Amino acid sequence: MDVTITLTVNGKKAAVTTDPQRPLLDVLREDLHLTGAKYGCGEGLCGSCAVLMDGQRVMSCITPVSQADKKTILTIEGLASGDKLHPVQEAFLAEDAVQCGYCTPGMILTVVALLEKNAHPTDAEIVEGMNVNLCRCCGYPKILAAIRRATQAR
Amino acid sequence: MTTDPRTDRICKPECVEPVEEMHYQFDLSRRAFMQLLGAGLVITVTGGVAVAQRRGGGGSGTRRPQTVSARVHIAKDGAITVMTGKVEMGQGGRTELTQAAAEELRVLPNRVQMVMGDTDLCPDDGVTAGSGTTPRTVPVIRAAAAAARNLLVAVACERWKVDRNTVEVRDGVIANPATKQTITYADLARTDDLAKAFEQAIPSDVALTPVKEWKVLGTSLPRPNRRDLVTGAHRFPSDIERPNMLFGKVLRPPSYGAKLVSIDLAEAKAMKDVVVVQDGQFVGCAAPTSFGAEQALKAVAKTAKWEPAPHPSSKEVFAYLKEHAQSPGKDERVEEALAKASKVLRETYHVAYVQHAPMEPRAAVAEWNEGKITVWTGTQGPFNTHSATAAQLRLPSDRVRVIMPDCGGGFGGRHFDEAAVEAARLAQAAGRPVSVRWTREEEFTWASFRPAAVIEIAAGLDAKGALVAWHYININSGGAAIESPYNIPNKRSRFVNSNPPLRQSSYRALAATANNFARECMMDELAAAAGADPLAFRLAHIDNDRLRAVLETAAKRFTWDERKKKKSPDTGVGLACGTEKGSYVAACVEIGVDRERGRIDVRRVCQVFECGAILNPANLLSQVHGCIIMGMGPALREEMEFENGKMLNAAFGKYLVPRFKDVPELDIHLLNRPDLPSAGGGETPIIAIAPAIANAVFNSTGIRVRSMPIRLATTNGA
Repeated sequence: MDVTITLTVNGKKAAVTTDPQRPLLDVLREDLHLTGAKYGCGEGLCGSCAVLMDGQRVMSCITPVSQADKKTILTIEGLASGDKLHPVQEAFLAEDAVQCGYCTPGMILTVVALLEKNAHPTDAEIVEGMNVNLCRCCGYPKILAAIRRATQAR
Repeated sequence: MTTDPRTDRICKPECVEPVEEMHYQFDLSRRAFMQLLGAGLVITVTGGVAVAQRRGGGGSGTRRPQTVSARVHIAKDGAITVMTGKVEMGQGGRTELTQAAAEELRVLPNRVQMVMGDTDLCPDDGVTAGSGTTPRTVPVIRAAAAAARNLLVAVACERWKVDRNTVEVRDGVIANPATKQTITYADLARTDDLAKAFEQAIPSDVALTPVKEWKVLGTSLPRPNRRDLVTGAHRFPSDIERPNMLFGKVLRPPSYGAKLVSIDLAEAKAMKDVVVVQDGQFVGCAAPTSFGAEQALKAVAKTAKWEPAPHPSSKEVFAYLKEHAQSPGKDERVEEALAKASKVLRETYHVAYVQHAPMEPRAAVAEWNEGKITVWTGTQGPFNTHSATAAQLRLPSDRVRVIMPDCGGGFGGRHFDEAAVEAARLAQAAGRPVSVRWTREEEFTWASFRPAAVIEIAAGLDAKGALVAWHYININSGGAAIESPYNIPNKRSRFVNSNPPLRQSSYRALAATANNFARECMMDELAAAAGADPLAFRLAHIDNDRLRAVLETAAKRFTWDERKKKKSPDTGVGLACGTEKGSYVAACVEIGVDRERGRIDVRRVCQVFECGAILNPANLLSQVHGCIIMGMGPALREEMEFENGKMLNAAFGKYLVPRFKDVPELDIHLLNRPDLPSAGGGETPIIAIAPAIANAVFNSTGIRVRSMPIRLATTNGA
């Protein structure tokens, strides 16, 4: 049975009437047309679908949309303030940390969540915090450089 | 062997990208044809239906002389558009081609917009594969841009009635210093003269800017559309949305080779807003959400009866490949040299099947409009996908358009056209656009695999420890980089086919990885047999200055001579080098070994890479990073496991690709050779890492591991 889910996405209220079992990822992409979060594995093990729910990083591919009811969601589309990019986005550009770019939205939001919890992580803490995010281009060295840069900018 | 008439280059079989057929063929009824095309087009169909699938060619590219207008367009507002059939999958093609055009047009790179991989708009530049964009397409784009600049200058000089040598061009402005007259490209684009001039063919002898005068090429220009990638604005193929679009799912067999015997579509057909199609072995569903399509697919799947086919397991795959291999033959001279050698080593190496596992599984959106279909999909060969779609749907080629939006990384695995064809077939049945996005499990099971290899080497040393005979057989995986780059008086290398149980395709560097693994491990074994240092043994057999340079530079940066003395049971060093597709690589690694747990940790990698004149140092560095770390996956862990035709590890939780925790300390040196033509850099840097690790394992433990993935048995019984 369909239910109505109300949520705030990137600062805007939304109501979606749908099967509560659908993954949050599908609802964001197919119903709300926010395609920044990507499908990568469907098991929460690659981070491509990462979004922030009430400030916490969640894997939207394994989060039933029912769990997002009355929650606040931030996707990559809502991270910049108008034309002004978020410092983590700026850091990724400055360090040339994007190859194909498919993992990038999930990477950036994971970094945002990581730095919210720990403003100045050590390298070991960065690696631990990022390890679930996959980049098959294996552009990890420049992503690590971008994270260090974003850390220093804070 | 074929000859590419445009470059007079010999295309060896190994640079032909292997592609296998789809496992279904549509059986469209004549009625469906008529509905698709409208009665007026049927005559065209009769003549044009047999669209042959263009395959292979390794990016051999366009063969006809081309007009400047087919490549370069200058709008009345001065906006410059440059067109290429090559595509961007994260390897940096868009950036390099933008640089190539901007360099020769004498404009800032942000003035150039590349249109890539659109079969209605772009010339066919062949598949994006085999490190071909740098050596073959960059020169084509440079020639077109230089020809365009020459024509712009000619039109300006004609207007001013001055000699061409009296004017200067900078930032899209042509200036006559004597008269202080200036005219912009935009001004000229507003005249009919330029449009007429651009209809001329691009001269084959157009002069290109010498390397020492480069202002844009050779710099680290970042990717032009990078901002859209960090804001989520870029639409990958799986992000494309069309009005009224449905989401499609396709029924896959439960195991390899299984044939569909019967199926009941009734339950799925009764579902609201669901479209169900059966066309021979093809069964698919489309619904307004992908969740809905999945529910419908589950309903049909539970009614399907299949006839399974026998299939070897991954445990027996090497014996199977060997058993089904063609005969490699012999060479009397090499056999004789082996017979006379003082010491002969005969070893067999195995390389497992691995998968590209790209972050973006294959995806396509198809939309019919007035009898023409447009497909957005992630493909290395938009023109091949165009042909395949036309052939499968029996359409004349002008009724198909393929657009390749910059897609997720491909690594050689995007030669297949299924997603495009599946979306097209479902869209045809639904009468609405359909998006097909494969799941990770589908990607891991039904996409394609880097071929497994059985490699047999016999090598002989003379009494002084010099390598005098070499007989090398690669079964199944391919001929890329199969020739030994070492100076050996009697050598023979052959690739022979087998009967591969999995669908094989190119994978970053093709078989060069497997061949370099076996060869460089064997070189290490031979060095040990000769009582020589692995570095000194290699250098003694290298005539090629470029290979010598990368190896010597890597060894020096790594301080090989000092480090190798410090080996211990839990630390080892190893090195390897190689060459492929006109570029050269050497790697030295330090590993940590935990014998008890059988763990190998790559601690440090020093790699030197040389590919001629560097077009974009930052992009090249990214490619080298990617190659080394991606290469560590199949070197240490990745292996497709299968049994009874089913994949046993078709998930990231079971198939372990490199992650942040695996990143070693890296010292990478890009050896620039502005005096040499530029070769591609996205593949060869992957070929040295695995043998260097295996050789480090021997250095530390004395154990030769002759297989990829390189695994050590645990000693604690775990």
